[in-house]
Amino acid sequence: MNTWINLGALWRIVVVGILLGAGLPALFAIGLRALTVGGGAGGSTGAGAGTTATAEGAQAYDAGGSLSGRVIAVVCFALVLAAIGWGIYSIVNQS
Amino acid sequence: MSSNDTLLALVVVTALGFDFTNGFHDTGNAMATSIATGALPPRIAVALSGVLNLVGAFLSFSVAATIAGGLVQTHLVTPTVVFAGLVGGILWNLATWYLGIPSSSSHALIGGVIGSTLAAAGGHAVQWHGVVSKVVLPAVLSPVIAGGVAALGTYLVYRISRSVPEGTRARGFRIGQIGSASMVSLAHGTNDAQKTMGVITLALIANGSLQAGTKAPTWVIVSCALAISLGTYLGGWRVIRALGKGLVEIEAPQGMAAESASAATILLSSSFGYSLSTTHVATGSILGSGVGKQGAEVRWNVAGRMATAWLLTLPSAGVVGALAYKAADGIGGQSGVSVIFVVLAAASAGFYLRSRRTAVHAGNVNAEWTGSVAPAPVPAAA
Repeated sequence: MNTWINLGALWRIVVVGILLGAGLPALFAIGLRALTVGGGAGGSTGAGAGTTATAEGAQAYDAGGSLSGRVIAVVCFALVLAAIGWGIYSIVNQS
Repeated sequence: MSSNDTLLALVVVTALGFDFTNGFHDTGNAMATSIATGALPPRIAVALSGVLNLVGAFLSFSVAATIAGGLVQTHLVTPTVVFAGLVGGILWNLATWYLGIPSSSSHALIGGVIGSTLAAAGGHAVQWHGVVSKVVLPAVLSPVIAGGVAALGTYLVYRISRSVPEGTRARGFRIGQIGSASMVSLAHGTNDAQKTMGVITLALIANGSLQAGTKAPTWVIVSCALAISLGTYLGGWRVIRALGKGLVEIEAPQGMAAESASAATILLSSSFGYSLSTTHVATGSILGSGVGKQGAEVRWNVAGRMATAWLLTLPSAGVVGALAYKAADGIGGQSGVSVIFVVLAAASAGFYLRSRRTAVHAGNVNAEWTGSVAPAPVPAAA
């Protein structure tokens, strides 16, 4: 720490900035994918809705149109909205 | 006494004029990518941004104190110094807007005020340590941080959504883009409107109308909020075009990643009391979104031109501010300020008239980038 740069603030801005600034769009993308992509592991060209989920738990959200896909999408979008709400709240409370 | 009031009124009008240029110069920071990808029609985008700037201006008041305190010795500042600083800021904003360069309005203002303070009271009146640690270093770091965050976000977003059909992906991310651009507009209102509030408050204190350390009066807050949102609504189409079309050919997922990175960086930094340049952050983010996407074309020459302008912003606005002070002081008193005010108004009108020759507006803001801000003239048939 020195008088020119507040290193403590700097690294917090970088870390939290990555979490929120890059994490939220990524979360949004996961939600969008869960909502639209049908079956198979990531990278396959999802043909349509309604195909069964793959056995791998981690890839279960690829089951587009399925209930689990929609649930995951809703959770992702809700988290994004919650983060935005928290952001606005923190601006208002600064003054 | 009444001559003092006239002087103060000129300073306030000039400050609101600066706030107005701040608004239209910076519309692009929030809305350029949304306009470029078609997420929002141009007119709707600037209207939304204007409203959110208005709301944002009323939300938070923590930065207002920073703008002058810690940068110059406020007890050496007179209303004429503030006025001359504003002249420097406005002229630099208009010049860069004319050239379609997204330069920092905050730097223009700070540069102008430092320049006029130097001319009025000499080097000891400027707190150089504060200038470097609060203005220069954050200005160097913030675009890099925002750009890195945006590049990572863009990479993740494309990686995760690569199996989503193209059309669905574009539609989905356009919605996300509107949300993230709205956050940037809000952040801009909270940050930048306050800078002018801080300047007017500084002038009021310098005039003896307010006690030092007082918060901005309500009429200052309301008039600044209105000036910046009106400026935003008019839209600096030249800068919007340079950011949205000139720097990177941008798609909706990149736009969302860029605006999220901008919003996060600005809001986090202001929570630590850094009043960053929204412009630097937004430009860094848009560049980052080009770097993070495989095969995206990043026009580094356009970026280089912008970065050069950033380096010149503080000194140029400072020189204009210093000259304006010397001229106003040389003529003396209220008539000096009045003369410079008329010169400023004439110069502003000149920039405006000149810009009509190669007008950029809602109708042609997204025209193919042909290497300059001015879109290629459209043949009569088209």
